[in-house]
Amino acid sequence: MVSVRADLAACRGAGQCVFTAPDMFDQDDADGTVVILPVEPDPDLAARAVRACPNGALALG
Amino acid sequence: MRCRRRPSHAAGGGVAVGALSLLVWKSHSESLDLLVEAAYFLGETGEGNVMVQTPEMPTKREDPLGLPVGLEEFRDGPPARVRLADGGTAWLVGGHAEARAVLADPRFSVDDSDPAFPKLLPVPAVKGALSFLRLDDPDHARMRKMLAAEFTVRRINQLKPSIEEAVDDLLDDMFAQGPPADLVADFALPLPSLVICLLLGIPYEDHDFFQRASLEFLNVEADPAIAVAAAERLYGYLTDLIAAKVAAPTDDLLGRVTAHVREGTLTEEELVLMARLLLIAGHETTANMLSLGTFTLLRTPDQLARLKADPSYAPAVTEELLRYLSIVHFGLARTAREPVEVGGVRVEAGDGLVVSLSAANRDPAHFEGDPETFDASRPPGHHVAFGFGMHTCIGAALARLEMNVALPRLFERAPGLALAVPAEEVVFRPEQFVYGVAALPVTW
Repeated sequence: MVSVRADLAACRGAGQCVFTAPDMFDQDDADGTVVILPVEPDPDLAARAVRACPNGALALG
Repeated sequence: MRCRRRPSHAAGGGVAVGALSLLVWKSHSESLDLLVEAAYFLGETGEGNVMVQTPEMPTKREDPLGLPVGLEEFRDGPPARVRLADGGTAWLVGGHAEARAVLADPRFSVDDSDPAFPKLLPVPAVKGALSFLRLDDPDHARMRKMLAAEFTVRRINQLKPSIEEAVDDLLDDMFAQGPPADLVADFALPLPSLVICLLLGIPYEDHDFFQRASLEFLNVEADPAIAVAAAERLYGYLTDLIAAKVAAPTDDLLGRVTAHVREGTLTEEELVLMARLLLIAGHETTANMLSLGTFTLLRTPDQLARLKADPSYAPAVTEELLRYLSIVHFGLARTAREPVEVGGVRVEAGDGLVVSLSAANRDPAHFEGDPETFDASRPPGHHVAFGFGMHTCIGAALARLEMNVALPRLFERAPGLALAVPAEEVVFRPEQFVYGVAALPVTW
């Protein structure tokens, strides 16, 4: 099973992950940073979201 | 993998003709081609001294929706020096991978008060005048963090009912008065204007004033004095508005951000400049995407037919329009703070770069299918229409939402929408920092 990790220090809240995979990601109401939702990630969408992040804040594995 | 080809005219500025003659002599088999090319890019400097000229940054288009002529050579080759409109030079970066690498790399600065920063806008650079768009970290990060929660996908999507209502109201008015109509004046410009006013908390009654000022601010060919005057008028207007919101906070984006002014983490002037940036960016970009997007759909009947038959095709259409149109058409400027290798080329500290979003968004090494065609059914790539890296457009979710609502609704309400003039008569605006059309006469 694939998993996604987020580096909250690198995240700037651009929201590209939420746009790419809205069922897997959300953003924190206070600062817009990524929230990984407790669902089993779709491997293709997870890989796309990692690549879409403009700040390199997401990684697989 | 695709072989990267060096642009034939990227010999670099200031190389004496002797060296080039030798090059031409050595590659005898290609000598005629090279001589023709060399002759084209050589200029007489008097006394028989001939110097290699740095080519101009390609900005002229044959097809109004095509890439500027010659830009593909920079996309398919390594970064090369180009001459900008003001006479300065910069590295033009056109490959998709190289564009993303530069935009995400903090070794490149956006500080336009550095004399080496490539000049793409007519307004003189005053540090902070374009707010966090032209500030590096930590100032950029501090200011952007104050806005991040306001622009989350979920928060922006809450605007959907208001956007749907605005779309229908504008279309009601347009249909009541025509045909024909100017889609720019009656729909494409007022929609984002209404929405950004609603979001920021700016009275829409003043829209004539700030729509005009935004346009003048971003006209790169106009007398710089006009752009400066437009910037100052907006500054004066927003200074009064922000002062009122600091004194009595309103429940809107600018009203909420005044909390940082009262806490002392943002100055009142910084908030005025931030408001000016958001107001200008909120106007011109989406307005031009809607009008140019409509023009694009009208000339691609198979794509339009699919959108009409299936409104759920809209998000794919929006992404493909963002990629295909790349309306920030001159690209994004940066200055190297230290030596960096980009696409196999060593960029020195103090060198300017222009990252061409248009070229990167048509890079066949990244996008599947023919990137020169408009086809929303292509497998999604990672376009850079919103930029990339720390300065990625903060309003991306808002732009997407407005397009996803407005375009299918426009064609649902007016399935017979068509240009009211021949396509060749539509006036494009290559002189604007944001590419678009001056007007789009339509009938239905």
